[in-house]
This record gives sequence, C-alpha cells and structure tokens, in this order.
Amino acid sequence: MIEALKLGKVFPGTKKRDKVLAVNDVSFRCEPGQIYGLLGANGAGKTTTLRILATILRPTSGTAVVAGYDVNREPAKVRAHVGFLSTATALYGRLTAQEMVEYFGRLYGLDEDRLHRDIDQIFTTLEMNDFRDRPCEKLSTGMKQKVSIARTLIHDPPVMIFDEPTVGLDVMTARTIVSFIRHCRERGKTVIFSTHVMSEVEKLCDRIGIIHTGRILAEGSLAELRERYREQDLEEIFVRVVGEGS
Amino acid sequence: MSLRSVLIVYRKEMLDSLRDRRTIISMVVIPILVFPLLVVGMGYLADTMFSKARQEVSQVMLLGGEDSPRVTAALKALTKVEIVPPSPDYAEQISNKLIRAAVQIPPGFDSALDRGQSEKIAVYYYEGEIKSSFAKETLQTFFADYRDQTVKVHLAAHDLPPSLLEPFKVEEKNVAPPEKVGGNALGGIIPYFVIILCLTGAMYPAMDMTAGEKERGTMETILCSPVSRTDLVVGKFLMVLTASLATAVFSVTSMALSFLLAKRYMNVAPGADSPFQMTIGLKGVFAVFFMVLPLSVLFSAMMLAIALFAKSFREAQSYLSPLTFVVIMPAVASFLPGIELNARTALIPILSTSLVSKEIVGGTYHWGYIALIFAASCVYASIGIAAAVHLFNREDVLFRV
Repeated sequence: MIEALKLGKVFPGTKKRDKVLAVNDVSFRCEPGQIYGLLGANGAGKTTTLRILATILRPTSGTAVVAGYDVNREPAKVRAHVGFLSTATALYGRLTAQEMVEYFGRLYGLDEDRLHRDIDQIFTTLEMNDFRDRPCEKLSTGMKQKVSIARTLIHDPPVMIFDEPTVGLDVMTARTIVSFIRHCRERGKTVIFSTHVMSEVEKLCDRIGIIHTGRILAEGSLAELRERYREQDLEEIFVRVVGEGS
Repeated sequence: MSLRSVLIVYRKEMLDSLRDRRTIISMVVIPILVFPLLVVGMGYLADTMFSKARQEVSQVMLLGGEDSPRVTAALKALTKVEIVPPSPDYAEQISNKLIRAAVQIPPGFDSALDRGQSEKIAVYYYEGEIKSSFAKETLQTFFADYRDQTVKVHLAAHDLPPSLLEPFKVEEKNVAPPEKVGGNALGGIIPYFVIILCLTGAMYPAMDMTAGEKERGTMETILCSPVSRTDLVVGKFLMVLTASLATAVFSVTSMALSFLLAKRYMNVAPGADSPFQMTIGLKGVFAVFFMVLPLSVLFSAMMLAIALFAKSFREAQSYLSPLTFVVIMPAVASFLPGIELNARTALIPILSTSLVSKEIVGGTYHWGYIALIFAASCVYASIGIAAAVHLFNREDVLFRV
C-alpha cells in the first residue's frame, strides 16, 4: 500500500534560480491490486512525488507510508520493498543483462541460490535468455526495457513505482511496459504510475490524480471524474481541471 | 555501514572498470609503458646519439700556424679531427654547423715554446651544441697533452724529474652508501612520480563513477536500490583507491625494471655519474608506498567528492584538471633547496609526503616526522572521505540541474 500524507517538497533557491515549490500538500492512497495514475504536464511535480515515494528525495514536509514503512524514518526498508522504473533509470552498459540483474538482486540481500533461481524464472518469462550474456550497451531499446523490468522484479517487491515509463519508446516496447504494469496489478501489487499520455491512464488506472504546479487538483476513478465534470474525454477533463486550478 | 553492501558495490565497480578500455589505459597501459619508453627509449636514443657524435671526425679550421710546423703537424695527425683551410667567416661556419670548431695558433708559436715563452691559443666553438663541444674537448685534451709534453722536454733539458710537472695528486673518494647517491640523484623524483601517478590513476575512475553515472542515467537506478549512500560511496571510493594504488604499483614496478634493464644493457661503468647507478632497497620502496597510502586515500576521496558535483564527464574534467597543478606545486616545491623537513612542513599535505619520501629513498628514516606525517595525512584522508559521504547525501549535488 502507498499512502501520501500532505507531502511537500521545496527545492532551495540558487543564484540563478528562485526556490521552487515542486510538491505542495499532496495526499493520496493506493491499495494493493490497484493502479494509481498520476496525470500531469511536464514540471507538474510527478517525478518529484514519485522520487519521494522511492526515497530518492526527502520530503520537506509531510510524509508517506510505502509498504508499511515511513519514507522519512525507514527509507532503506522502503527501497527494499519498492520496484522503481523510469526512463531515467538506465542500465550499466558494460555489465551483461544477467550481471545487471544479479547486482541489484545482491543489493536487495537475496542469497545466491534464490537469486539464480529467480533470475532463470524471470529471464524465461520475459524471453531474455537469448541476450542474457550480452552487454547492456549492445542491447536494443526493447531488450533494455526488459532488463530494467527484470531489475525491478528481482526482489519481488509489493509496491511498483513507474515514472513515465513509456516516454521515448516505440509502440511495441511501450506495449510491453503497459502489459507489464497490468501484470503487476494482477499479482496484487500496489502500482503507482505517472504519465501525461491520456490513453495509458484510460487503459490502466483504477484511480487518477491530476497534478498541477505541485498540487493534486482532482482525484477519483475515471468514472467518478467523468461524472463530476460531465465529460467523457479525459483530455478535456484534464484541461478543465488544470484551467480551473491555475 | 554494511560491509556486505560495500563489497557488492566494490566488486561491481571493479568488474565495470576492468571492462572499460579508458580505465585500463590510464591504470595499466600508461604506467607500464611510460617508464620503459622514457628511461630505456630516451636513454638508448641519447646513448646512440652521443656515441655517434663522439665517433664523428670533427672538421676544425686551423687559423694561423703557418710558421709553426710542429704543432700543425701534430694537429693534422689527430684521427678525430679533420683540418680544413682557414677562412675569415669561421664563426659563421661554426654557427651554421659547417665546421665544429676553429683553433687560432699565434704567430711564431713553435719558436716561442722553444724559448720557454708563454703563448695563448684560442679555440672557437658553439656553446650548447654537442658536436661542437666534443670537438672543443678533443682540442682541449690535445693541447693539454701537448703542453705536458713541452714541459717534459724543458724539464729533461734542465735535468729535472718529470714529477715536477705533477708535484701531488688529488683523489676523490665517495663515502656515501650507494642508496644515498641514488637518493640524492633521483630520490626526489621517485616519490614525485608516485604521488602524481596516484592522482592521475584515481582521476578517470572517480569521474566515471560519479559524473559519468549521472550522465549515463545510472545514478538514479542505483539510488533506488536499498544500498545506503554511505555504503555506495565507500564501495566506489575503494575502487578509486584501488585504481590509484594500482597505477602507482604498476608504474614503480615498471620504473624499477626499466632501470635494471638500462643498467644491464647500457654498459654504465661502475661509479660513473649516471642516474642508472641508483640503488634503492625494497625497504625504501615499501616505506614510500606506506607514506603515499594515506595521500592516495585523500586523492581518491577528494576527487570522488569534486567529480560528484559535475553534471557531466566533461564538466568533471574541467573541475579535476586544475587539481593536478594543486598537487604538482607542493610536490615540485620539495625539490627546492631551501625547503626542508621540519615540524611546519610536516603538516602541509603532499609536500610533507614528498619531503619525507625523498629522505626515505636516500636511506634516512626520521621516525618522529614519519609518524607525524602519516598521522596528519590520515586525518586529511578522513576529512576527504567524510566530505565525499556528506556530498553523496546531498540531493542538490546528486540531482544538480
């Protein structure tokens, strides 16, 4: 489960830039077996919110409970129970696909027997055996995404965080990711997913939070949002919510 | 801190670095090749050029001497000299390397010598030009022998013993042990090279593991794993330190082998004034490494911390390149004559290590200073590691935009 409680994040100002209020009083809840979609334009605060949930960044106010652990008090335990995937989480080019997944498996504290058993199983499921000994830098984009998925799955985390995972990917690779996210929900995992692609939200999300200038302006299931704004098209709903909130 | 996590990170960084051509070049290939090329290659080249120059028959212009057949005949009999006819532009010809030297015999030289009268001979040459200097040396030796010969003839004519020519001899005897001689000749240079190589060996991996990771997008990947930032930085730091020490070990081994080879194949006469004559014991080498170890720790931590600030590899290069000068300056200062090891200089990082290593190479162990310098270097190194760990915990540094 993920529960964000009045999360706030301020990036201090520098000589070149004023301070930035990236996340402002964000609260939401996502249950196991659900996909929560964080929908927002570029710079809305999606990545910062997800980085806080993954404990890569610390909140300046509020807190969040992820898989039963507080992000402020037990960040290492949160990370041990989270799989984080974004287009910014690249692979070590000089390691092979197998070495890459092994490295993370070991960091997650898996013993060697379990690690190799799980790697064999994941590589077979994701059809990665043909390129398991190939350096990551020599893999195609689709293969790289599969290695990233294997990395996030190796410790079988109960919570999955996806930050715009399909940005810049071709249709086929994006479909692999979308079906993987759906598969996570089917396995009872708590999934949070940020995007600005409306069709992905419509296809995947059980609940949607529309985020703009660091604040969640509207929240609910797709049906609830359609009813509340008397509008079928999600893009129109998004534009109205953002327009009213600005 | 978890030792298991540190070792996992270290193992991965090691594997990653060993597959990186650039790391292998900076850590193994350059240190192994630099010294043989520098010592053997340059030494061989210089040796060949010198022997070739020495074997060359120098063209020397004879000015005057028409009325002194004895000296001119003796000069013409020299095998290493070819006498060329006089010309007023002798100085220009020497400058243009058409001839190597010119010798001016004053009028009536032979008869003046017979009368016991002192005369002055001028030798014209080009200072700094090796072949001209060799011609000058040949002429100097010739005239010194000719002078002795003349004196001997005069002494014999007056029934005096030839020993009057040399009433006493001065013999110079070296009391310094061979390592001391080596220590003075090249003692300062060895620790200097070790220090510089420790720095350059650490530079590339430090940039690759910080700014390089940011640039390639793997920093965020590793930050979302449960490894603590302290374990991460310590694992990375150990890899940078390994690279730094490996560079120094490879270079010193290569340097020692180069000197051994040079000594063996370059026929350096025992006692000759040559850098190849230096003898540094294994104890000295280990002692220098022991002193350089905390310095290497400091370099590794410092470079890791500085490179982390950079957003890209290129930016990291621009931050770290000036650091080379910061390190070279105190290391070079240790060569200066007025700078000695004392309580004050013992606290200046790099300079102190350079000075004490110079003494160690020369066979002198100031235990008090060694302890003080090692302790001070350890303190600086700890500060460096603490700074690196601190920076790895700062979001504004990790996610600098």
